[in-house]
Amino acid sequence: MNRHLISAADLTKDDALLILDTAEELARVSERSIKKLPTLRGRTVVNLFFEDSTRTRISFEAAAKRLSADVINFSAKGSSVSKGESLKDTALTLEAMGADAVVIRHGASGAPHRLANWVRGSVVNAGDGTHEHPTQALLDAFSMRRRLGSLEGRKVTIVGDVLHSRVARSNVLLLATLGADVTLVAPPTLVPVSVGTWPCEVSYDLDAVLPKSDVVMMLRVQKERMNAAYFPSEREYSRRYGLDRDRFAKMSDEAIVMHPGPMNRGMEIAAEVADSPRSTIVEQVANGVTIRMAVLYLLLGGEI
Amino acid sequence: MLIKNVRILGGDPVDITVVNGLIAEIAPAGSTDGAAPEVVDGRGAIALPGLVDLHTHLREPGREDAETVQTGTQSAARGGYTAVHAMANTMPVADTAGVVEQVWRLGQEFGHCDVQPVGAVTVGLEGRQLAELGAMADSAARVRVFSDDGKCVDDAVLMRRALEYVKAFDGVVAQHAQEPKLTKDAQMNEGVISGRLGLAGWPAVAEEAIIARDCLLAAHVGSRLHVCHVSTAGSVEIIRWAKSKGWNVTAEVTPHHLLLTDELVEESPNGSYNPIYKVNPPLRTRDDVHALREALADGTIDVVATDHAPHPVEDKETEWAAAAMGMVGLETALSVVQETMVDTGLLDWAGVAERMSRTPARIGRLPGHGQALEVGAPANIVLYDPTARAEVDPSSFASKSRNTPYEGMTLPGRVLATFLRGRPTVLEGKLA
Repeated sequence: MNRHLISAADLTKDDALLILDTAEELARVSERSIKKLPTLRGRTVVNLFFEDSTRTRISFEAAAKRLSADVINFSAKGSSVSKGESLKDTALTLEAMGADAVVIRHGASGAPHRLANWVRGSVVNAGDGTHEHPTQALLDAFSMRRRLGSLEGRKVTIVGDVLHSRVARSNVLLLATLGADVTLVAPPTLVPVSVGTWPCEVSYDLDAVLPKSDVVMMLRVQKERMNAAYFPSEREYSRRYGLDRDRFAKMSDEAIVMHPGPMNRGMEIAAEVADSPRSTIVEQVANGVTIRMAVLYLLLGGEI
Repeated sequence: MLIKNVRILGGDPVDITVVNGLIAEIAPAGSTDGAAPEVVDGRGAIALPGLVDLHTHLREPGREDAETVQTGTQSAARGGYTAVHAMANTMPVADTAGVVEQVWRLGQEFGHCDVQPVGAVTVGLEGRQLAELGAMADSAARVRVFSDDGKCVDDAVLMRRALEYVKAFDGVVAQHAQEPKLTKDAQMNEGVISGRLGLAGWPAVAEEAIIARDCLLAAHVGSRLHVCHVSTAGSVEIIRWAKSKGWNVTAEVTPHHLLLTDELVEESPNGSYNPIYKVNPPLRTRDDVHALREALADGTIDVVATDHAPHPVEDKETEWAAAAMGMVGLETALSVVQETMVDTGLLDWAGVAERMSRTPARIGRLPGHGQALEVGAPANIVLYDPTARAEVDPSSFASKSRNTPYEGMTLPGRVLATFLRGRPTVLEGKLA
């Protein structure tokens, strides 16, 4: 495996399966009453968050702590960063503190790539701009595998704002690596013009794709897109691309529904669908901690 | 002065005698006696007329941390230039006679090359009101090229008026073609790479739509239009069409758009997302590069202009979106043109002289520059050794800034000497 986890494209099939299998073992630990493992004792993991994302930060923090790592949370707000410190200087500061891994969330695509030039430790991308979010894709794959078994040949439909979605980019890459058949469904304004070169299918018609899907992953529609003429109105978006009860009924009985959260209930997903037993949304959160434990464990070469 | 054993446009070796800044005699090499007070041995180098850049950012006044008139013109001389057009996007903006005269005078004072200021089209480059174009034209700087470069004159009426107005003093509007709404927050060429990298796309159509509109406007009012830094195959087709109509449209291409592609943003020896490749207009695709080379060869694109855009280290050592756009280019331009146009067989040295000296001087209305190396012409000469090859070393640049995309690349050719009206500004590759 690479020293860093920046893009899902960095992972070979063997790498990806190793992470998923490791996560499976670690999940068993999480079922014990004492969840903590000593494997990363004495190692330092820095959570470097330039964007507010309490969910992701807590998930990484819990993962690092369960492996007994020391965790430093560095959030851009109220820090030297808000006083104009550059990413490079922040990186050099972390380097001087001896970070073994830096988990970075940043609003600019490619920020983790830049950071990796300036620190010796492992860089884990926890979401960069509209680029990638590889641990989200890993936890999604892990959640799918736990429900459905092997992903080989499974039909995964990802619905929503693909253009601006780091979750979609990482999922397309990872799922292709794992042998799943991905179909993206979105209004044509919300897929990249070059999407034809991606290892997936594209459809504008959710109803046609739903019955064939083993997994339907709904993406969050960001508020700022709603005012930027990507689609005429929230209502029209919801009508054409939302997963409501009627559409849910067209899915096969075994198919599952996923969402990376946070959800806009009633917009891209109906409340009944989100709360149904076939929704993995809550599991995804739990699996997030497990998969991040596996990633940190493997990158930092911990021993069980 | 005697410049001996040089090959004008790559022809037979000659000796050039310079008297009072003019070429006094050209004779077969070895036939001139060496009694001249000063002798420069060209050792068989190619002699070209001093290069003229239509598009240079000297940054002074305002961003002297990035470049000054002094360092920028030193950089130009090192690159073989004897005249540069200094773009107007300084602080304050070059939108008054006062600012353009200041820049022009600084150029005269340092004397590394002639500095011809470009005047802003609109006040403060804000695209609302025409700047005092006539005052700048009538000033000591005699401005003939007007541009809001860095920003597009996107208002169609304002562009029409500017094109019409500059007819009174034989001016030209040099348009930075970029439809602003189509490129809001844009970070790189919109295509396969931008889609993968999650960087907001900069579509080719944003450039092409403005060029098409401006060609039609220029034809309608019967004025001169110059298109800055053409970067797409589609733009080439539109310009070719406009020229076929006989319209007075000229265009430039930068060295970097002749050599580099957007693939470098994803993967390069300098890592992914390295803003050293961030530039406006953005690096495009291989197909675009190919079309630009063909267009420069067949004359659809008239000139090579550097768009030399110096930035301090801290403005590039950042995440991609936060970084400044632009690349330095004066000291590598001729080498890149050799690599992309001469060594590929697309242009001979006469073609290079036309596109890097004669035509830019004509577009900029600089009578003392761009003349063929003939008896009686000003001795604006660059001596160039095309057989040299070297790795680009930014620390050797005369420019104050180091933001070159060619660092570590091996490029052909070396400027040995530059003469401005017979006076050496560069000798043995070093500032004279």
